[in-house]
Amino acid sequence: MAMPGTVDLARALVLAPTPLADYLVIAPVMVTVLAGAVLVMLRNFPRLQPLIAIAAMAALVANNALLLARVAVSGPITMTMGRWLPPFGISFSADVLGATFALAASVVALAVAVYAMRDVPEGLRRYGFYPCLTLMMTGVCGAFLTGDIFNLYVWFEVLLIASFGLIVLGNSREQLDGAIRYAILNLLATTLFLVAIGYLYGVAGTLNMADLVDRIRGLGEAAPINTIAALFILAFAMKAAAFPLHFWLPASYHTPAISAAALFAGLLTKVGVYALLRVLVMLMPAQRAVFGDVILWVAIVTMIGAGLGAIAQSDLRRMLGYFVISGIGAMLAGIALGSQLGLAGAAFYAVHSMIVSAALYLGAGVAGRIGGSFDLRETGGLYAVAPALAAIVLVLVLAVGGLPPFSGFWPKVLITEAALQAGRWWLAAAVLLSGFLTTIAGGRAFGMAFWRGGAAGTPDGAEALPRPLPAAEMLGLTLPVAFLAALAILIGLFPDPLMSLTDGAALGLLDPAAYIRSVFGGGP
Amino acid sequence: MPGQPSDWTFLAMAAPFVAAALAPAAKRAFGGAAGWVLAIVPAAIFLHFLRLVPAVAAGEVLSGAVRWSERYGIDLSFRIDGLSLLFALLISGIGTFIVIYSGPYLKGHPQQGRFFGFMLLFMGSMLGLVLADDFLALFVFWEMTSISSFLLIGFDHNRMAARRAAYQALVVTSGGGLALLAGLLLVMATTGMGSLSEVLAAGGALRASPYYPAILVLVLGGAFTKSAQFPFHFWLPNAMEAPTPVSAYLHSATMVKAGVYLLMRLNPVLGDTVAWMTVLPIFGGVTLVAGALLAVRQTDLKMLLAYTTMASLGLLVMLTGAGAEGAILGAATYLLAHSLFKGGLFMVVGGIDHEAGTRQVAALGGLAREMPITLAAALGAAASMGGLPLTIGFFGKETMYEALAHGSGLAFAALFAAVIGNALMFAAGFAVAILPFFGRRRAPNPHVHQGPAGLWLGPAVLALCGIAAILFGAWTGRSLLLPATLAIAGAASGATVSAAIHLNLAFALSLATMALGILVLWRLAAIRGAVARVLAAIGWGPDRGFDQAIAGLSRFAALVTRTIQTGNLEMYIFVTMAMTAIALLVPMGLFDEWPSWPAFAMPSIAETAMILLAVGGVAVVLGTKQRLTAIVSLGAQGFAVAMLFMLYGAPDLSFTQFMVETLSVVILTLAMTRLSLSPSDHRSVPEFVKDGIVAIGCGVGFGFLLLAATEAPFDSRLSDFFAQNSRAIAHGHNIVNVIIVDFRGLDTLGEISVVMVAGLAILALLRVRTRGKADEAGEGA
Repeated sequence: MAMPGTVDLARALVLAPTPLADYLVIAPVMVTVLAGAVLVMLRNFPRLQPLIAIAAMAALVANNALLLARVAVSGPITMTMGRWLPPFGISFSADVLGATFALAASVVALAVAVYAMRDVPEGLRRYGFYPCLTLMMTGVCGAFLTGDIFNLYVWFEVLLIASFGLIVLGNSREQLDGAIRYAILNLLATTLFLVAIGYLYGVAGTLNMADLVDRIRGLGEAAPINTIAALFILAFAMKAAAFPLHFWLPASYHTPAISAAALFAGLLTKVGVYALLRVLVMLMPAQRAVFGDVILWVAIVTMIGAGLGAIAQSDLRRMLGYFVISGIGAMLAGIALGSQLGLAGAAFYAVHSMIVSAALYLGAGVAGRIGGSFDLRETGGLYAVAPALAAIVLVLVLAVGGLPPFSGFWPKVLITEAALQAGRWWLAAAVLLSGFLTTIAGGRAFGMAFWRGGAAGTPDGAEALPRPLPAAEMLGLTLPVAFLAALAILIGLFPDPLMSLTDGAALGLLDPAAYIRSVFGGGP
Repeated sequence: MPGQPSDWTFLAMAAPFVAAALAPAAKRAFGGAAGWVLAIVPAAIFLHFLRLVPAVAAGEVLSGAVRWSERYGIDLSFRIDGLSLLFALLISGIGTFIVIYSGPYLKGHPQQGRFFGFMLLFMGSMLGLVLADDFLALFVFWEMTSISSFLLIGFDHNRMAARRAAYQALVVTSGGGLALLAGLLLVMATTGMGSLSEVLAAGGALRASPYYPAILVLVLGGAFTKSAQFPFHFWLPNAMEAPTPVSAYLHSATMVKAGVYLLMRLNPVLGDTVAWMTVLPIFGGVTLVAGALLAVRQTDLKMLLAYTTMASLGLLVMLTGAGAEGAILGAATYLLAHSLFKGGLFMVVGGIDHEAGTRQVAALGGLAREMPITLAAALGAAASMGGLPLTIGFFGKETMYEALAHGSGLAFAALFAAVIGNALMFAAGFAVAILPFFGRRRAPNPHVHQGPAGLWLGPAVLALCGIAAILFGAWTGRSLLLPATLAIAGAASGATVSAAIHLNLAFALSLATMALGILVLWRLAAIRGAVARVLAAIGWGPDRGFDQAIAGLSRFAALVTRTIQTGNLEMYIFVTMAMTAIALLVPMGLFDEWPSWPAFAMPSIAETAMILLAVGGVAVVLGTKQRLTAIVSLGAQGFAVAMLFMLYGAPDLSFTQFMVETLSVVILTLAMTRLSLSPSDHRSVPEFVKDGIVAIGCGVGFGFLLLAATEAPFDSRLSDFFAQNSRAIAHGHNIVNVIIVDFRGLDTLGEISVVMVAGLAILALLRVRTRGKADEAGEGA
């Protein structure tokens, strides 16, 4: 409404009406928050819960696909909340990186929501499985799309508490034990993030990311920006579960319902990687260069340490947890290199890891359900009982090991080549060695759980097969996994679309001019 | 344009994959005839490549490409010269008979359809490998052969030995594959060349590169593991756990030659250096002699053949590295000959096994009458393997002897190795072709037949090919061997291929080889015993080494993981806080970001009192033994800070702080008093000191950083804007409220959902507890 003459609205508000299509940026948050609220209200209708959640996730996928299509064609788009002129209001800014991650994350969430229909019993649905799932997606999508660093923290908090709600669902001591470790260590990381934001606001005087790019570049000599950057790296590395701050992941990922674990494995650590890409690479390029070597060694230690961790496990889920961490190491390697090729490799790897990690947990869930155990010593005969599942899991294991022609191959090639171009041959060697360790662990697990005729101790050559699941249950559980595995194969066979996207994402991080323009306007 | 040769080549490359996908359906539709039907695919591919022979023989290099990744310039391209074409013909030609053979061999097996699928998958991968031009495409196919080999070795997956062999092959070949990938990427990163055509066209560029040694080692790592060179050979004999068609096809005729293919392919650009001409003959020669010696030791016919394959691969590597043009021609010839005779002999052994029920040489004899065609095929193949005149094997052996005899030094050693190896392989070949067929009639299965046509057709045709290849030597040479030699050596050869016998040194060596071979065959049992005794005396081999390495790795991994992931939450928090202290203090020191000494204004009395209260609160927390005292003191410290906020004119903040402190004291007290915790701190003094150092480090770090961050004047743009507009535009008197609900309303939305989910989680926790109790009650009842 018009104000008396003293106030110049144009100096405080965005006066041009927001185009309808720009609402795509905020719609992911709106859809998931609304769905979450509806799901909480309908707590007593456990049969309705999955349907509403699946519909919401499908809408989310559609929305994010449209958003990505738009961003890929016409560059980043921004919408500022309350129409307050940036940098004063909270901006939501989608660029190729954010939109690609958001789409990949929502695809994973959709698959998990469908899988959970068979996996999560009605009792747990009453205690909020689906509301937590949708609200976790609020946090994830919000984090990928926000253009405000404090708002990023808020989404971190949302997804942390939602994941906490998911991790305690159930009734075992083991779960609570894992939940405590998970909650305490993650709260520490989130708090460090908050503290770092406080310091950054203190020196830069703004929270808007586009604004921060210039402000940080123009900081005086005296500003302690390197120390602040170190604090951000610490907080995000912990979120991403990099060595030696990864403790919370192996301590907790094997405890929740497998649907929840799959969602975590797919998305949580990748939010940490995303934050590193956005905050460190885009906002603080000079500091990224300063700490490049530190991140490089963290990456190497993470890849090798996690590879060894995977070999050491006899529990399928714990092994998968280390696979997730090993991938984080590869992404950190790309960030450490900082070249367009390296960053594109990191972003590609993140998308691959979202899909494949989640799918591996879901696949392991089916295997555990048939075999009655996740312990590799107690399972066997799955190849004979569930050949389709065996094929899917083999594809995923090979993908995670970086073997062609599956999705994990290309990012590994990109990062290795980027490392060689930078003359960091030891990093290249570590990337390849970590894939080798993963193959050693994964191949052995496949031999035990799938090829062996039965549990350990089954006479050589004989079969002591577990009982197959009822056909409908098997189908309902396998389809979402098959869908994700199909994506891993498609990305492996036709890498170009994702390569162009991640390449554009890397370029957008290195040269955020278009991103800044979308926030503050101005000619091309 | 349809009808172009390149389109047909792409079709030929894709066809096996399509056929692989359809194989299980074909099995269901055609039953026992499925092998014959599916064999149409490789047969058609063979004919396609046969059609390309004249053009390639005329010196043309055929190529074609489709873009795979625009972004990074990766092509799915093929390049057909003499070497690729020879391989492609072998893969599709032998593949045809293998598919036919698999029909009766695995008759009635419930997973036969899947077996056909895996075989065709392999065929497509192998074809792609030898035709691919782009490095990455080549590598993709290379790994796909490893994966399909893994699936085929583990086909009989209920048996431990099969699983172990499959796993071993996967680990060894994929490990080597990573070395190869590193080598190829190194070439790409340092020279910018990404395909075989480019490096071949660039001539000596790679040799001149400072990275040549690294590239060479990495490529050899890939080639030696794939082609089972000593000491990476152990996976190949173990791979005999696979059904015999697999052994015949993958593990003798084609896949194991992928490494040899790569070496031959890169010979023009990596070869002709001292390193190349030393490393290849030494590894190849050792593999040749070791493989041949291990072969005569075997009593299982299939294992016997497996070790001779290892020996033959060593021979090929040795010849490739010998450098002389004649050696290259010898290698190309032996490559062709070996695929024909060894593929055939494996199928012969599989046929005997299928009919007689065993492969143990001692349990077999006198089958000549029941299996005459098999016998004839075996003799034909063995003749070529032993290098008897009128076989292609003879020409290969003569050519290599001729070439090596005119070398010096290392070549002489290589010649010696070749004679010994060939003599032993002569014995091994005829052991397979003679021992089961003659002598006293022995076989576990009393009803031995010739068997269905599918089982003998392959070996018979391959044996005939081994003879026809030399009878029509002019064609073979002009069309296949000389173009291949041209591709390997990078220079044309003027040799003629014929069955003619020249009375020269090479022929004399041939005679010596045969004489030695007959001697070995005659004294086979004694030699077998001698080799076995030597091996027993050594008592260790790379095969056991593999197990030890994997076990050692597992133990090491477990140790490392146990050390890091202790399960102790206190340790996790300690490490995290220690890292925090380091992240704060080290950069501050390195980049000189310390705060400058702040100018102190004397605090007022009220301020001083509050500061003392806060410090005192913390001191009591540290000093007290009582948990309750500590909680209350911490609250007092919080209240003091809240008062400071008040003194500095921030009533909203202060109020919030009061609320939070009050609530946390109440909640902590409630919770702590209901838990039966030990009243005092049980940490030892060193632990106390360690924790204290980290705590002080963090505190100092955070404090100093705060001082440093607030040194420069604060940019109050945001707060100014909020102050200006909160009343005028947002119609709110209280700025803080307007910030919460309007300027940054979205943050508040997020926080509200946090509270909602927290409530939900608490509800779940509470219900879980009651349910847990109910369960316990249930168990008790």
